[in-house]
Amino acid sequence: MTVQGESADHQWVDDHAGPVVRPYAVTRGRARPVTGTFDLISLVTATRAEVTPEVGIGPEHLAIVGLCQRIQSVAEIAAHLDLPVGTIRVLLGDLAARSLVQVREPQTTAGLPDNSIFEAVINGLRAL
Amino acid sequence: MDYGHSDRPAGAPPLPTAIKILVAGGFGVGKTTMVGAVSETRPLRTEEVLTESGVGIDDLSGVEGKTTTTVAMDFGRITISDDLVLYLFGTPGQDRFWFVWDELALGAIGAVVLADTRRLADCFPSIDYFEGRGTPFVVAVNCFEGARSYRLDEVQTALNLDPGVPVLLCDARQRESSKEVLVTLMEHAMKTREARRRAAGGN
Repeated sequence: MTVQGESADHQWVDDHAGPVVRPYAVTRGRARPVTGTFDLISLVTATRAEVTPEVGIGPEHLAIVGLCQRIQSVAEIAAHLDLPVGTIRVLLGDLAARSLVQVREPQTTAGLPDNSIFEAVINGLRAL
Repeated sequence: MDYGHSDRPAGAPPLPTAIKILVAGGFGVGKTTMVGAVSETRPLRTEEVLTESGVGIDDLSGVEGKTTTTVAMDFGRITISDDLVLYLFGTPGQDRFWFVWDELALGAIGAVVLADTRRLADCFPSIDYFEGRGTPFVVAVNCFEGARSYRLDEVQTALNLDPGVPVLLCDARQRESSKEVLVTLMEHAMKTREARRRAAGGN
């Protein structure tokens, strides 16, 4: 990575970046997020409407923030950006470390206090 | 529970609860069809890239033997209410992707095992897996045209299922039919959970 600021970043967008970006190139070689676990159904929402580019925040990070103006699961983010889930987890870790996204990890069945979620799902399905 | 992300506007509603249900079964049995039949959008596809780390990571001679595999999962979403979202995940069809199943099954509220009576054995691994993990499941026999119809108790016997496991017929292409499968699963999962709580409390 260069540290020359925006002009360097702008050389590597769209077609200039080539038709294929290897997943680990997007994460600059990192396989694990700096923070968080990010289950496939962890829900993510952006904390800001816009993020100004800064060092360590790439186009994929900005794309996630744009997408998460509406609440999305980790799996949905991966599907919409057409990147592997492992890559998305690393990028989300960067964003969470900067408090640019808020994440809600799913509840386990054993942790549910009562049957209300089951009943809500059954009623919701019947009403579809 | 709240980890205090102070940038979130104070008036913003809390994030909804997400739950997941798995749709398993053999290759071509209709998993993605069922996910699509009940989801609010067409099924989405997400991929995991898996690296089989070989022996001797620092050994350059091992590099050419290092392989990556991409496992695709189709999934869909049903928004139950403002604070509850249900995700349906079709499991990868091949047995060698068990480790992906482990991630998917973690925290899953239950599973639908789709069966085709012409190839009943294809769903054995799924049934074994959920029985072993204690994940509540139902068996839904997808009624393909041209397949001989069997009575449900014949299927139950052939699969050697616990009598408590619901077995039902379905048409995975039909929204109403797939909804009924999910409702049956949720009722079964709720009963299973209550029975386990009673058993745990009674000792």
